[in-house]
Amino acid sequence: MTQIGHVPGAGTAAAAESERARKEMLRDARIDSRDGARPRIGADALCEALLRQGSDVMWGYPGGVILPLYDVLADHPKLRHILVRHEQGAAHAADGYARASGRVGVCLGTSGPGATNLVTGIGTAMLDSVPMVVITGNVPGALLGKDAFQEIDITGITLPMTKHNYLVRSADEIPAVVAEAFHIARSGRPGPVHVDITKDALMGQTSAPHPSDEEVLAGLPGYRPKMEGHPRQLKSVAEAITAAERPMLLVGHGILISHAETELLALARKAQIPVAWTLLGIGAIDERDPLAYGYMGMHGWKHANRAIQSADLILAVGMRFDDRVTGNVRTFAPKARIVHVDIDPAEIGKNVVADIPVVGDAKSVLGALLPLIDTVDASRRAALFAELATWRAESVESPWHGSGGWRDGVLSADFVVDRIAAGCDHDANLTADVGQNQMWVARYGGFRRTNSHLSSGGLGTMGFALPAAMGAAVAVPEKRSWAIAGDGGFQMTLQELATIVQEKIPVKIALLDNKKLGMIRQWQEIVYAGNYHSEQLNGPDYLKLCEAYGVPAWKVSKPEEVDAAVASANAVDGPAMIWFEIAERQNVYPMMPAGKGLSDLIDKWGDDGEDVTDGASGPRRDPADPADGSGSGGAAR
Amino acid sequence: MTPSSQAPARSLPGSGEARRHLIVAIVNNRPGVLNRVASLMRARNFNIESLAVSATDDPGTSRMTLTILGDEVHVEQAAKQLYKLIDVLKVQDVTDDSIVEHELALIKVRATKRNRPEIVSVAEMHHGRVVDLGDDAVVVEAIGEPGEVDRLVELLREFGIKELVRTGSVVMSRGSGSIEEQVKR
Repeated sequence: MTQIGHVPGAGTAAAAESERARKEMLRDARIDSRDGARPRIGADALCEALLRQGSDVMWGYPGGVILPLYDVLADHPKLRHILVRHEQGAAHAADGYARASGRVGVCLGTSGPGATNLVTGIGTAMLDSVPMVVITGNVPGALLGKDAFQEIDITGITLPMTKHNYLVRSADEIPAVVAEAFHIARSGRPGPVHVDITKDALMGQTSAPHPSDEEVLAGLPGYRPKMEGHPRQLKSVAEAITAAERPMLLVGHGILISHAETELLALARKAQIPVAWTLLGIGAIDERDPLAYGYMGMHGWKHANRAIQSADLILAVGMRFDDRVTGNVRTFAPKARIVHVDIDPAEIGKNVVADIPVVGDAKSVLGALLPLIDTVDASRRAALFAELATWRAESVESPWHGSGGWRDGVLSADFVVDRIAAGCDHDANLTADVGQNQMWVARYGGFRRTNSHLSSGGLGTMGFALPAAMGAAVAVPEKRSWAIAGDGGFQMTLQELATIVQEKIPVKIALLDNKKLGMIRQWQEIVYAGNYHSEQLNGPDYLKLCEAYGVPAWKVSKPEEVDAAVASANAVDGPAMIWFEIAERQNVYPMMPAGKGLSDLIDKWGDDGEDVTDGASGPRRDPADPADGSGSGGAAR
Repeated sequence: MTPSSQAPARSLPGSGEARRHLIVAIVNNRPGVLNRVASLMRARNFNIESLAVSATDDPGTSRMTLTILGDEVHVEQAAKQLYKLIDVLKVQDVTDDSIVEHELALIKVRATKRNRPEIVSVAEMHHGRVVDLGDDAVVVEAIGEPGEVDRLVELLREFGIKELVRTGSVVMSRGSGSIEEQVKR
């Protein structure tokens, strides 16, 4: 047999298809003529489908195989595309958009590196149950598996970190797949759904119609999230509430996701139950409410943890007993029966044994519980509330935390967070990064409103703050959007400064610069016996950096300058940044050491009081004492 | 505040007593579904002892039979996590149900002219049958409960096993109940 050129298996249909696909990959524009009517292609179907789902914004970055989509974007002007500087920024922006608004966030990237760059953001959304649709292009179908340029098995990569994913190889599939993807992303326990579309599917002509909601449901026979709690279980919960003397509500992200804030408050008031919350449960209840008791967990308020530990009934709603919440499960809430309400049956019994499990949507379950429970008069809980008030006072007035300046003349991070929140009338969306800054935001952000606190809780993704705050600013333009980041996380995604300038996205950035990887330093001090390594982190001159990007910026290193700077940044019509030079060795207290329980919180480190070199763990020290960051923690020596 | 040392320890989920569980899953017959199941089991740290995948009477669905080692909570977690996959339509732990459980093994046994009759009779006495007879090897097919297959394999091991393949268990409930009909409803 004679060889035809160098084509493997030449003459076969597969080879012909492969050759056609290779040509396709290099051909740029499908649309030969822009005059008059043109055929509807897969990329058009995608845009229509996004608009039908109510998407007005997508965050993306172009590349070879996704160009057919960019080729038609101008024909779908209602769909705003925001060009980011790195695909990770697109994913976090879509995530922040979703968290702040409750709508599905959309991001896109090209095949290969574009797709892999999205992965961290997909994982972030997955662990925090954030509704997101992620679109990637892929090489033409016939080239799949041939290691074509920028080809990677991205659906294989995203499979374990998405709620569901699709590989779309034909334009005709696009309308149904996109509709399904949105339905799956936003319903039940939300999560990211990835739709990978081959270039030939984007370019192929199609007349496929968009499915109705009924057709979408019919196409997903294996997916029926359970919304209503079982009546027998609800009755048991009501009885447990009636019997409890020291009940505590412990609420998580599920309250915010299902919009159950009203039902939560009604239930708490009717049965007079104090409310503690997890990191992602922040905003479920106005922190000023008399029944709002506090943020609990590894770096939570001591009084909140104490209340959990002394409770005789834990009503856990829309939370998953993460290890940062429970600490050592064996010593968690030792006297309490546990009611666990979650929409995801797999969360029940995963980390703790639930005495009364209820599978269902938080809003529906709490709403159904309300008429079943008795009204409790506050006087019945007078002793409990008096005790809780004492604990709260002790905890809040502890010298180891609380705003007001960490030590004289040096700027403390908790003070900065407190002043930013106050300077925005506690109505801004605050997006934290990861590390100490995240805990300071959680503790001192003074949150009053649902969806106003954005934080990468489950995956703990550094670099989250700036791009996610960018998403929040676009999603909810009527609220201020602040990114509060440490110098470590900020340096991971600071390229998005260019995006917020180009797109005029009014993100305000608070850079908490301690020239350290602060939480790493804290762990090395406390857990690793002061054996410091790689915690020192030098950064650029951030004023020059902001000048280069065209972002107005201020540098603040004294407590008395904070309020004015926050006001100035808020007054800017557009992005702005404040570079806070904070204390270099301030720790986040209290802290639950790994493996320990909620009763084992440490709220200072070092027994020698006067003599510790880490000022955070000792009494206020002489302001002249140099905070040079070169020494190791006192107790560690 | 209650010092943790005085508090009774909260028990962790599960008895810790591992045993073999049989899980049946009806899944969409689509590309990649096997990968989804396998990936999930790996990622969630469940150990699959055997996995059999086959067609059902409905061309749109496939049936998976998994045997998993673990305590009741561990296996319940596996079943719940499986059920979260969009392509999984129905999951049942049938370990304690009234079921028929069978697997098939092919065993290639070293043979000589002299011991061939003996191998054949051992196979036939234990519900096996000879499916290939060569000069120096015999292929025995064994079908039955895994324990029966185990016993035959042990007996044949004396002659020398050259090659062994087992399908893993497939199961079906006794009586009129049907997981496939449950899916369609």
